Amino acid sequence: MTIIDKTAGVPAPRGSEDAPGVPLLEVRDLHVEFHTRDGVAKAVNGVNYSVNAGETLAVLGESGSGKSVSAQAIMGILDMPPGRIPQGEILFRGEDMLKMSGEERRRIRGRKIAMIFQDALSSLNPVLSVGYQLGEMFRVHQGMSKKDAKAKAIELMERVRIPAARERVGDYPHQFSGGMRQRIMIAMALALEPDLIIADEPTTALDVTVQAQVMDLLAELQREFNMGLILITHDLGVVADVADKIAVMYAGRIVETAPVHEIYKRPAHPYTKGLLQSIPRLDQKGQELFAIQGLPPNLLRIPSGCAFNPRCTAAQDICRTEVPALQQVTEQDGTDLPGRGSACHFWKETLHG
Amino acid sequence: MGRYVARRLLQMIPVFLGTTLLIFLMVYALPGDPIRALWGEKAADPVALAALRHKYGLDLPMWHQYWNYLVKLAHLDFGTTYSDRPVSQAMGIAFPVTIRLTAVAFTIELVLGIGLGLFAGMRAGRAADTIVLIFTLVVISVPVFVLAFILRQVFSTQGLNWVTPTVQNSYDVTQLLLPAFVLASASLAYVARLTRTTVAENLRADYLRTAVAKGLPRRRVIGVHLLRNSLIPVVTFLGTDLGALMGGAIITEGIFNIQGVGLLLFQGLQRREGATVVGVATVLVLVYLATSLIVDLLYAVLDPRIRYA
Amino acid sequence: MPDTITAADAPGAPTPPVEATGGIPVKAEKPRSLWSDAWYDLRRNPIFVISGVLILIILTVAVAPGLFTGTSPRDGDLVHHFLSNPKLTHFFKDDWFGYDNQGRSVYARTVFGARASVIVGVLTTLLSTVVGGLVGMLAGYFGGWIDAVLSRLVDVFFGIPFLLGSLVVLNAFSERSPLIVSLSLAFLGWTQTARVMRGSVISVKQADYVHAAQALGAGTPRILFRHILPNAVAPVIVVSTISLGAYISAEATLSFLGIGLQDPTVSWGIDIDSATAVIRNDPHVLFFPAIALSITVLAFIMLGDAVRDALDPKLR
Repeated sequence: MTIIDKTAGVPAPRGSEDAPGVPLLEVRDLHVEFHTRDGVAKAVNGVNYSVNAGETLAVLGESGSGKSVSAQAIMGILDMPPGRIPQGEILFRGEDMLKMSGEERRRIRGRKIAMIFQDALSSLNPVLSVGYQLGEMFRVHQGMSKKDAKAKAIELMERVRIPAARERVGDYPHQFSGGMRQRIMIAMALALEPDLIIADEPTTALDVTVQAQVMDLLAELQREFNMGLILITHDLGVVADVADKIAVMYAGRIVETAPVHEIYKRPAHPYTKGLLQSIPRLDQKGQELFAIQGLPPNLLRIPSGCAFNPRCTAAQDICRTEVPALQQVTEQDGTDLPGRGSACHFWKETLHG
Repeated sequence: MGRYVARRLLQMIPVFLGTTLLIFLMVYALPGDPIRALWGEKAADPVALAALRHKYGLDLPMWHQYWNYLVKLAHLDFGTTYSDRPVSQAMGIAFPVTIRLTAVAFTIELVLGIGLGLFAGMRAGRAADTIVLIFTLVVISVPVFVLAFILRQVFSTQGLNWVTPTVQNSYDVTQLLLPAFVLASASLAYVARLTRTTVAENLRADYLRTAVAKGLPRRRVIGVHLLRNSLIPVVTFLGTDLGALMGGAIITEGIFNIQGVGLLLFQGLQRREGATVVGVATVLVLVYLATSLIVDLLYAVLDPRIRYA
Repeated sequence: MPDTITAADAPGAPTPPVEATGGIPVKAEKPRSLWSDAWYDLRRNPIFVISGVLILIILTVAVAPGLFTGTSPRDGDLVHHFLSNPKLTHFFKDDWFGYDNQGRSVYARTVFGARASVIVGVLTTLLSTVVGGLVGMLAGYFGGWIDAVLSRLVDVFFGIPFLLGSLVVLNAFSERSPLIVSLSLAFLGWTQTARVMRGSVISVKQADYVHAAQALGAGTPRILFRHILPNAVAPVIVVSTISLGAYISAEATLSFLGIGLQDPTVSWGIDIDSATAVIRNDPHVLFFPAIALSITVLAFIMLGDAVRDALDPKLR
């Protein structure tokens, strides 16, 4: 099921090669599994989402929900011997990347679709200078000379507001603070002005004030370059500011989709509801904190029916036998709520109380 | 960085003094009378015994002997043997031979070790890797002297007869190949394993994932990003191994009849010539200390995280 | 694969998962420590099994050579010299490996040779592990000038090439029993253990549970032996196991050079040394002790490897 959402004020898609109405990135029925010694882990089980230029999709979920794995599948950086994509399509500007050759995908990587990782300290090469790693993008993809690449690297560092960029271009990753390292990662991702950026928990390793700065920077750069942004996170607070639409994932499937503000006001899935309830709030001070009971499922043995059923307070028999499809969510009177879907047999009860 | 070097040099001084003292004590303080042994089975003339003892300074207290030794060392005088030949002369002939042998062995260890390790590390967990692991394990386990004889049998006397069984002319590198390979064997195996392990580990590192995500060609991902990180522990090991190779050449030199310092030391031991033993050992210690300092500095150069620690 | 396998069965999770409402029973899991995890992995590692079996055999041969042969390794009858070739089908008989140039059964000598090797190997390892471990632990835990002094001491002993040093020390003794040889090897060998232990203790020392124990007022011996030691000992065990193999090899090397064990002790190194003179016509005299020696060293090194793989948290 394709979800195309209209958000107010989205600029026209970049590049004249775009056919109108074709999303920048579209993931259709993606399945990813890992063959391990102990069995087959089904990390992604039928994921559908799409992103347009200038739009931000937030993918939410706990560890083990499959959000990072689907992102890595889009980038094409999964270890393919244990990993396998048994079915699905990943369409970039309408072309299925899974059908492309390794070399074609490599040329897209970094240049058209870039990724920002969570831990910038381990994700940057510790023995190469920051300038070298930034300049590498230009030297490899555009054949620039070392001198020009270095100048571009300084430019990039200034763009992401790293002070004294010219002096620090020869420094190493460990010499920067966490927030600045993350900016360097962002700079590296932006270097060739890609069409789409995937940010995998970019602020999880940072403290709160730095988080805000980095997210602001990301949003500003996204607007400037009119990029699509997939923001992967487990932090509902971060999402509210930046995202246009949200997809909530659980056990490798999308369980709810909605435009960002709607989901906070009126969740349509028990899992989303539980997540929202577990956010500590000042006006609940002194009361017991709520947490969803249980733990995420073992991906080697996903529960039958709805994967959430062991932890769901509203689970009925049908939940244990039938996997709910992602259905269109409507108002009580039946009018479609655009961009909203829920994979729950009882979404009506959850939504309308 | 300069402070780091200065600190290390300062640390080296007590270690050098301590090690030379230890060697000195080991040679002179342990039981056994070398002067008496010069007479062999015959009865010794006590007057002559005392005179000789005095001549070689062996009647002085231990600390005095050690002091004399240090003073002479500062003048690069390693004393004389009991046949009044300067030890430094004998060493001057023997050391270049050992150095040649060690140089060939080191080259073999470096090239084959890293090559094999890279090959295995890239195929970690697969059949090729297991084969390399088993092979290196066997090479490490078979003692050097056993390996020497086996290889010699195969390649020389009763086998293919590609090389001479002993080294006639140590300037001829082809004659040194077999003993150098034997000498390098255990270290080669260790280098291969070490390389394999760091390569396999770094292949799974986050920064490598980033390099792939940047769309860099595989050649560059492996050749620049992977190797720069993986080779750090390997290079530092190779540095320390250089000194170890020289010290361990005794057996290889003995079996292949190479007139190097190992043989010199062995003969010195048998004749209970303290000066020779201490002389050779001192130079080997110096080599070890120098290489270990160089290795520490090299490590700081290769890994920027260490430089500022 | 960061997101895939979930926390439900993470090692070190001591409590069973909460039972969800809906009545689906969840099996409680036993607590898994580093050691029980390691044992679990070890049992499944073919290298461990093979080396374990080999070592058991070798130990049995060392402890009870009489089970394997009734012949004395020292009595040689020169009559055998003319029929000295091995009869490879005469399993466990005197002539299975042939006879050496003094008419002694190579098989009997190989069997009895195991004892010397095992004794020297075990003794040296014990000595160097205890001494080195203690020095390393003290240097690593206390730091400061204690570390400076002890580390310099380690450097001094470490600076002497191992074989060379052992040669010099052993050369001074005219009577070289297995104990003397072990002491001589341990004299330089302890430095290896000391360095490994020191490094390990330094990294363990930073852990929060050590800070917690200190904050709770635990005395130093208690912290050292109850908290630091069990967690720092893993790499030392690996190094010691591998060193055992190396010491057996070293003993054989020294005996080969004539500076190790002596007659009447039966040692593979001595046998190999005397066999080199007759290698042209009677290669079997060298071959069998050499094989026995190599397999023994191999077994211990394999064991050390398997233990290292099992204890290495990075490979999980």
